[in-house]
Formats: sequence, C-alpha cells, structure tokens
Amino acid sequence: MTAFVVRRLLFACVTLFAVLTLVFVLVRIVPGDPAQLILGDQASREAIEALRQRLGLDLPIWEQYTRFLAGALRGDWGVSMVTSQPVIGEVLRVLPWTIELTVVSLILGIVLGVPAGVYAAIHRNRLTDYAVRISSLLGLSFPPFVAAIILLLVFAIALPWFPVISARSGSFTAWYQSITLPAVSLGLISAAYVTRVTRSAMLEVLSEDYVRTARAKGVPWNAVVWRHALRNALIPIITVVGLYLGILIGNSVLTEIVFSRPGLGKLLIGALNQRDYPMLQGMMVIYTLIVVLVNLLTDLAYGFADPRVKLK
Amino acid sequence: MTTPVATSAPTPLAYFATQTYKAFNTNKTSWIGLAIFVIVILLAIFAPVLSPYDPTDQNIMEKLRPPSWEHWLGTDSFGRDTLSRILYGARISLVIGIASTLAAMVIGSAIGMLAGWHGGRVDTVTMQAMDVLLAFPSLILGLILVAMLGPSMHNIIIAIALTSIPPFARIARAPTIAIKEREFVTAGRALGFSDTRIVAGHILPNILPEILVMGSLWLANAIRTEASLAFVGLGVKPPTPTWGGMIREGFENILDSYTLALVPSIAILIVIFALNLLGDGLRDAIDPKLKGEG
Repeated sequence: MTAFVVRRLLFACVTLFAVLTLVFVLVRIVPGDPAQLILGDQASREAIEALRQRLGLDLPIWEQYTRFLAGALRGDWGVSMVTSQPVIGEVLRVLPWTIELTVVSLILGIVLGVPAGVYAAIHRNRLTDYAVRISSLLGLSFPPFVAAIILLLVFAIALPWFPVISARSGSFTAWYQSITLPAVSLGLISAAYVTRVTRSAMLEVLSEDYVRTARAKGVPWNAVVWRHALRNALIPIITVVGLYLGILIGNSVLTEIVFSRPGLGKLLIGALNQRDYPMLQGMMVIYTLIVVLVNLLTDLAYGFADPRVKLK
Repeated sequence: MTTPVATSAPTPLAYFATQTYKAFNTNKTSWIGLAIFVIVILLAIFAPVLSPYDPTDQNIMEKLRPPSWEHWLGTDSFGRDTLSRILYGARISLVIGIASTLAAMVIGSAIGMLAGWHGGRVDTVTMQAMDVLLAFPSLILGLILVAMLGPSMHNIIIAIALTSIPPFARIARAPTIAIKEREFVTAGRALGFSDTRIVAGHILPNILPEILVMGSLWLANAIRTEASLAFVGLGVKPPTPTWGGMIREGFENILDSYTLALVPSIAILIVIFALNLLGDGLRDAIDPKLKGEG
C-alpha cells in the first residue's frame, strides 16, 4: 500500500509541475505587454516601466519562471491589480463557497445516480430502463447555466419558494435556501453522468460468471446486486466521478454567476473582465491544485475499492 | 469449364455506407437525433430566407413583447425579433462547434495515432501531457484562453479546439496500438510501405468510425462550451446574435420577460440532446464491448 501511495504522490507532483508550467506559458502568450494592457493607452512610459518592475516582467524569462514556481508553491501568488489585496487571501476567502457547492452537488449526483443506474441495469430493456436512459441523456445535454436559469425561473420567480439572490450566512434555513437551487441544478447534471456509468458498469458485471455462481448457490438477488455486483462496478464509477469533478468545478463557475453566489466562479469572471493577471494566475494555480488533489484521491479510492489495483 | 466469377468486393465507400446504415439501425434513437440535427442545419443555412426580420434591426417601440402573430417568439429589450435571432444564432453555434470539433478531431487523432504507432517514450510523454490537459477543467481553460486571445470567432474556435484535443488523442491511440500488431500491417511493412502510408491508408480507416462517433458527442460539448463562453460575455461580439449571448441578455431582463432567456435555452438543449442521441446510439452500435446491450 505504501509503495502505491508513494507512486501516486510522485505522479501528482509531476502533474502539478506540468500544469504550473502550462499556466506560466499561458499567461505569457498574451499578445501585447500586460503592463500596457492593464494601464491602457494613455499611460506614461514611466508608469508602464514601474508596473513591469512590480510584476517582475523586466526579469529574464527563466528568472520569472523560477520565481513563479517558488511563489506558487509557497502560497505567494502576488497581489490583485484591482483590490491590491494578496491573491491567495481573496481566493481562500471564497474557496469554501465553491467547495461546499461542488461537494453537495456531487453527493446529490451520487445519491440519485447510483440507485437509478443500478435500477436501469437490472430492468434492462424494459420501459423503466428506457425512461432512465433518455432522461439521463437529456440531463447531460443541459448546459449548466440553462439548468440554473430554468430552476431559478420556476422555483424563485414563478413560485416564490426560494430567494432570487440567496442570503449569505446565518441560520440553517438561510443556508438551506441558498444552497438548494444551485446544488440541485449541478446535482441533476452530475446524476445524469453517474447514472449512465453505473448502468453500463453494472451491465458488464452482471454478465460475469461469479454473479451466476452467486445466484446458483442461492444468494438472494438483492444481495447479489448490491453487495457483489455493485462493489465490482465501483471502479468505473469512481473513475467517472473523479473525472467529472473537474467538469463540475468548471460548471460551478456558471452556476455561481446565475445565482450570484460568491465563489471561485465570480472571482474568475471578475478577474477576466478586469484583466487582473496576478489574480488569473493565482486562480489557475488553485484550480490546478484542486484537480491534482482530486486525481490523487481518485487513485487512492481505487486502492480501497479494489485491492487488486495496488498490485499493479 | 467455366472460370469461377469472383463476386466483386464492395468499394470502400459503399462498405462504409452500409456499415453506417447498420449502425444507425442498431439504435433507432440515432435516426431521431440525426433528423433533428439535419433540420437545425437546414434552418441555419436558410436563416436569411426564413427569418421574418433582420436579426439586428432595433425597434424600441416594440421592445420586450411577448410572443404574438407579428413576432412568434416575442422581441428582446431592443425590440429585435427573437425568432430571427434564434435562426441566425444557430449559424454561429454550428460554425464554431463544427470548425472547432473538426480541428480537434484531426489534430487529436493525429497525435493519438502517432503516439500509439511510435510507442515507447514518445507515447508516454505525449499521453501524459494529454492526461494533464484532460484533468484541467476545460471550460475554465477555454474561458481563460478566449479572454486572453480576445473574443473573436477565430479565437473562440481555437480555444474550444485546444480544449477538446485530448479525448480524441486518447480514443485514437488505443486502437492504433491494437491494430499495429495485426497481420495486414506486418504485410504492409514487408511490402515496403512507408509509415505514413500504413497509418493513413490502413490504420486510419479502421479507427475512423470511433473517431466520428466521438466527434458527434464532442460537437455537442463544443456547442455547449460556445454558449457558456457567450453567456459570460466572451462570445462573438454583439450585435451578432448567439444563443449564449441571447440567454445572457434574457437573464438580465428575466423579471420583465421570462421567454427571452427560455427560448434560446430550449434551442441549445434541443441541438445538444439531438447530437447526444445520435452519438450515443452510434456508440452502442460500434462498441464491440457493448454489443447486444441495446
């Protein structure tokens, strides 16, 4: 087990390093001088030169790169051009909102998706199976902001069950009211993905010999499905959930915009609109960290779900 | 004595056509998806003929009208006809979606086939790079790319294409490795065929169906990404109508008129659902692992 964890950790480090390099390159392929872009056409030569110095843009490219890497890992992500606050502080302030939203949506997706997928698989080619398949296909066709807008239209405007702009803190009711619509809009789309992979993984497992053996020796059907088959179908489900978390974090940007909910999404769009380069760079670092961490957890989850994985 | 007449082998194109037809029949839903998608393409092509109004004509006296005989789908906050804007908006969605998916398909498959064909270190490094790209949320990568390059049709196509290369590289690589060991490739080598000839002439046709099916599913994704970009203000610049941009404008006026956001939302949903129906049905048909699972 230790060797397995160490190997995965090493791979995570390599990925982190690669994506950080990508971020560095991305921020620097912008046509034009960032200092000029930030200050606009009217800025004096001295002001631009001063800003270049402050951003470290006057240094040789290799020095910029090593400084960036060291800074990224130390948590020194520079200072926002707009608010003059350290980037890391701004990011960490809204991060819990985004994590809360993605975690609640993912749990919702799993709680709805796994049983629906199992149900469809054991009722294969019946009417209910078709209904589950078509509705999950429809679910994953939804652009996340469309799902959000429709929920907002129905449950906040047509029916005044939820506030249009959610309260930010306080009681459990306020929390419940602020999280429900965003989490449901993302959760339903997640559920569509989870349903589909659960169904196809279950179909594969249910045709295995050991399932027939279990039935032949008299194991009750429910135990076969939920204990034997589902356990063996877990690996592809975990893979998809892990991969989907990346999509979910991307989708949450749009959901946060629709529900004007604080989070990484609002911060990102603000930084994009104002060309706040240090902020953008910091945001890409935090997304990278999240993605690498999720991948690492997915890999470790394989090890727990299927002891054979560790041997490979 | 008569010489046995060899039944003429079907031409590759005819073979491809019959196989495609069979694949469509495996899952009838593919036909529905295709039919809807073809209708959308026709509506987009004939938008200038079908549109009752100019999509950019403003008429402030007629603003925010609900659906009526004059304006079937109502008007927006500038008094522009929603139906005409939907029809023209389809063009942007389709052009950006198709161009970026084609580019990703060609570049991604080439990368995947090269990696699979060469194997060894080339393969490891390339696929590792693809995995890293795949791990990063593609919507966020697209947002940042477009914001930095500037929101023009060109740059949006480039950004969406870049984010959709890795899945094509992945899907092209695995079958290339499997086919590389088959007899007909060895035979080609023995005959002295060049690598390019073997890959392009003999491996590509074998993996093409899978790539095309992936293409239809990623086209859905590209259209969704374009709409998402436009929704946050990084689409083709107004007044050119885009569905994502229309939803954005509709969302800003959502308390005055709910149809404004709803109509383009439904349009996008229909197109993406059709493409998913199409691609999903075909995938079942060509994936040997799923055969008979209907």
